[in-house]
Amino acid sequence: MEFAFTEEQVMIRDTAASFLADVSNSEAIREAMATEQGYSTALWQRICSELYFQAVTIPEEFGGMGLGYVELVAVMEQMGRYVVCAPYFSTVCLASSALLVAANEAQQATYFGKILDGGTATLAFTGNGQWHADGVTAEYRRDGEQFIVDGDYRYVIDGHTSDSLVIAAREQGGDKLALFVLPADTAGVERTWRPTLDQTRKQADIRCNGVVLSAENLMSDDAAEPLAKIVDLATVCLAAEQMGGSQQVLDMTVEYTKERVQFNRPVASFQAVKHQAADMMSRAEASRSGVYYAACIAQEALIDGPLGGELREAASIAKSFVSEAYFKNAGDALQLHGGVGFTWEYDVHLYFKRAKASEHYLGNAAYHRERLATLLLD
Amino acid sequence: MKLSFSAADEQFRIEVATWLEENLVGEFAQLRYRGGPGDEHMFPEERKRWEQKLAEGGWTCVGWPKEHGGRGCSIEQQVIFHEEYARAGAPGHVGHIGEGLAGPTIIAFGSAAQQAKYLPGIVAGKELWCQGYSEPGAGSDLANVKTKAHFDEQKQQWVINGQKVWTSLAHESDYCFVIARTDPDSVAHKGLGFFLVKMDQPGVEVRGIEQLTGTSEFNEVFFDDAVCAADDIVGEPGQGWAVAMGLLGFERGVSTLGQQMQFQNELNQVITLAKENGAASDPVIRQRIAEAHAGLKIMRYNSMRTLSGADDGSLQKEALMYKLFWATWHRDLGELAMDVMGPEAEMLDGGPYELSRLQSMYLFVRSDTIYGGTNEIQRNIIAERGLGMPREPRVTIKPQ
Repeated sequence: MEFAFTEEQVMIRDTAASFLADVSNSEAIREAMATEQGYSTALWQRICSELYFQAVTIPEEFGGMGLGYVELVAVMEQMGRYVVCAPYFSTVCLASSALLVAANEAQQATYFGKILDGGTATLAFTGNGQWHADGVTAEYRRDGEQFIVDGDYRYVIDGHTSDSLVIAAREQGGDKLALFVLPADTAGVERTWRPTLDQTRKQADIRCNGVVLSAENLMSDDAAEPLAKIVDLATVCLAAEQMGGSQQVLDMTVEYTKERVQFNRPVASFQAVKHQAADMMSRAEASRSGVYYAACIAQEALIDGPLGGELREAASIAKSFVSEAYFKNAGDALQLHGGVGFTWEYDVHLYFKRAKASEHYLGNAAYHRERLATLLLD
Repeated sequence: MKLSFSAADEQFRIEVATWLEENLVGEFAQLRYRGGPGDEHMFPEERKRWEQKLAEGGWTCVGWPKEHGGRGCSIEQQVIFHEEYARAGAPGHVGHIGEGLAGPTIIAFGSAAQQAKYLPGIVAGKELWCQGYSEPGAGSDLANVKTKAHFDEQKQQWVINGQKVWTSLAHESDYCFVIARTDPDSVAHKGLGFFLVKMDQPGVEVRGIEQLTGTSEFNEVFFDDAVCAADDIVGEPGQGWAVAMGLLGFERGVSTLGQQMQFQNELNQVITLAKENGAASDPVIRQRIAEAHAGLKIMRYNSMRTLSGADDGSLQKEALMYKLFWATWHRDLGELAMDVMGPEAEMLDGGPYELSRLQSMYLFVRSDTIYGGTNEIQRNIIAERGLGMPREPRVTIKPQ
């Protein structure tokens, strides 16, 4: 069986791991999270120029690496392990996925070009916190050859800093859904940073006040299905990041409990501690299996392969399982670190907060289980 | 990373499915979905005949090398065989201990004479085996072996005394592989021997243990001067532990995918029932069914990862956590089944204690987190071998 990384995929994973472990250390994370921008421009440029990871899924004809979601997931796992503060998820997992699924060739040439040059981008679709088409509350109307977009978007990852935006809007008085791509500085686009509990990933509100767009900006005016696919692809990426976090808090905990001595022996030798750690490992490994499978399915879905129809199910299996696994692991890590786990100084709280933020983003476990229940029971 | 099987393997899948379709008929039709865990006591004679039917078709020991009478199937083909076997609802193998444990041990560690003597009976589905590892009081501490074996120089044979427990299908078995202490002064895993013991002899007594399901598929086995020929010890005296454990590192768990197909059959029963009785509209039940479905799929992906890993006997983390994961999942499925049944879960169909399949499953799955190493022991193994956490200090309590 070949349900394992190829040599090339292992190389990508290891490159990401060694680079990110080095640059996204505790000090760097803390520096970045204290700013409104939320990341270091220099680090983002290094990710783009030295690793070229912004190009992972961009087809070769546009100058990208032409790889797929298995490779992207390998990178995202490491992004999660090192809580990298960079607009990677927004640019590559959200915006590039949208461009891959729904943009025409001219739009892809333009916007992939910007991303390859180190530009950032994101996807804005929900106005009410629902993670599917019903969440789209912004509206558009046609005015001759033009489209006028009005409405609000919430929970937009890196929305206040992105250079480009992909936005969803529903037809005023109709039932069509459209996707547009536009420069973030388009007239009428108002962006507001919203401070968040998890400081390591920034969110913004975006308001469109009569934003005038043209056919050049329209990606699709029949976008319900493409949007669902884009969100599912991004969900798989986010699950990969969560899985990486689950693994990292486990590693941190094992290391800490082996060093920490109480009652004349390392606390890692107590069964009460070992059993919790074993459960953490079990969750991390099960998460890994779920995420890798979903990554293969995501790739199949992108190229319309035979198993592509499983995307919705695979994404929900991965996201529902990993959301709870990461949060439990982060909570257990905090507990097993004892008093120091509760301090600002130790990194555990960064993971604990990221775990909850990621659990909610793109639908929590209950939401994804209900999606599965619909497939199974209705 | 790829997920699909080759065209040749898919052809093999059709071959397996077709054979099962054509042969699981007549007297064997009643065996569909029977004889699995918790149901192993059912239809013993019919299932023995089924085992021989399988052998006629060449469907026993499919993963064994051809020179030992197996089919020499690749990992992929073994997976496919087990999946299709379970999908067809074919009955639990009465020969699974011989095929999965005794045979592979004899292939790996046995002499040519032992291989010639014992393997054909397993392949033919005619000689059944049971496993003499566990002892009363030893629990998950398998090395705590008190059964003794000494060599009678005069008669040139081994003489075995002691007791084994939780011995599945001992009452149906022709042979038992027994771990016994060859060096009376030894402790733990040292000084053991691995013996191939004939069950039908005066010194062996089998007593059924009644389970909380009201049925019994496992037993106590008493050895009272039971004998075993000089050349029926596998490996050297004193090296029995290495024989008993040696295989486990290479056991890649191909059959786990078949086990999951059985789980899928059970989950399907629960889903069908939930749709019929309206439980499927209960939001909490919906969540739990979805969670069970996700867990089962993850189990499958986890097995695929294990089977894709290095074939060098190294311990992979996903393989280490597998028992804990599936046993806990299966236990939860039993509870879910009862909760989907609602008040009807308490009602028996008849007889003094005649359980439906789901009722029986609900009770039986409580053993899954106990046998083969309890969840607690599994967590120790995961922590120590998977995470490199230190052992607890061992305290030796002197016997009173």
